[in-house]
Amino acid sequence: MKLLEQQLIDEYQKDLPVCSRPYLEVAKRLGVTESDVVSALKRLKENGTLSRIGPVFNHKKAGASTLAAMAVPEAVLAEVAERVNAFEGVNHNYAREHKFNLWFVVTAPDQDQLQASLKAIELSGGYKVMSLPMVKSHFIDLGFKVKWQ
Amino acid sequence: MDDISQLRLRKAIQNGLPLTEQPYLTLAQELGLTESQVMQAITDWQNDGMIKRFGLVVKHHSLGYTANAMVVWDIPEDKVNNVGELLSSCDAVTLCYQRPRQLPEWNYNLFSMIHGQDRETVLQQLASITEQNDLADFKRDVLFSYKLFKQCGGQYVQASHELASKGLTFKEQSL
Repeated sequence: MKLLEQQLIDEYQKDLPVCSRPYLEVAKRLGVTESDVVSALKRLKENGTLSRIGPVFNHKKAGASTLAAMAVPEAVLAEVAERVNAFEGVNHNYAREHKFNLWFVVTAPDQDQLQASLKAIELSGGYKVMSLPMVKSHFIDLGFKVKWQ
Repeated sequence: MDDISQLRLRKAIQNGLPLTEQPYLTLAQELGLTESQVMQAITDWQNDGMIKRFGLVVKHHSLGYTANAMVVWDIPEDKVNNVGELLSSCDAVTLCYQRPRQLPEWNYNLFSMIHGQDRETVLQQLASITEQNDLADFKRDVLFSYKLFKQCGGQYVQASHELASKGLTFKEQSL
């Protein structure tokens, strides 16, 4: 990975400038041009390193969310995952090594709609949903610290 | 800015800013707002804590961090805050949340995430975290991921939201 791409990842997972030309501001700080920054971000997006540029919301303030899990027979896991993924509020859906082998986050505008989504997911997925809403966060999200090779 | 405009803006940015030189202006034009209204709203949300961080959101897997372990712990209630603080201060830990137990099938109340370049490294990191923080007596389990089915930002404002009933439509943003 190019140095500029590494710098962008190291320094701008938080506090992206909120000004008319944020990438010009970033470029000035890093000693490159605005188009260098935009091109680098486009490359990162295209090669799949970058999920997006934007906000990470606080679950509690932005709406309602929970971590949900299902215990699904391995043979139908992909099929069930696809049905679960069809719900707009589902994100971060992973297969994990456990009896509960399908883990996903569900978000909704409010608690009532979250509960309704969980029921609908259970019905469509065909397996019981275990819901584990966050009780307390011990973590301040500053982005992911990459150890470059 | 009124409530509906705020929701429309949240809907627009939850999947990422457009990758243009003036992203806030681009958003403003799409939503019928001014650039300064968009910037003010985002700044306000950062200040009031609704936005935890604002910037690049990376995919661990694409960066070579292919081992992703959810490490869950069964910690007595009187110690869980303390252990949560200890875990969250470890470099290798990328998330640390308390969640309720769901007895009888789920007995863990503290969730931490470790992303590593391989499984062996993650297990070594976990071993040293356990030893350094004196956590060996607590029951724990390690749930490595083995397939990613979906990864995106939280969709708090949804198409099914009441706005839909007001006849408003959204243009999906995908950077």
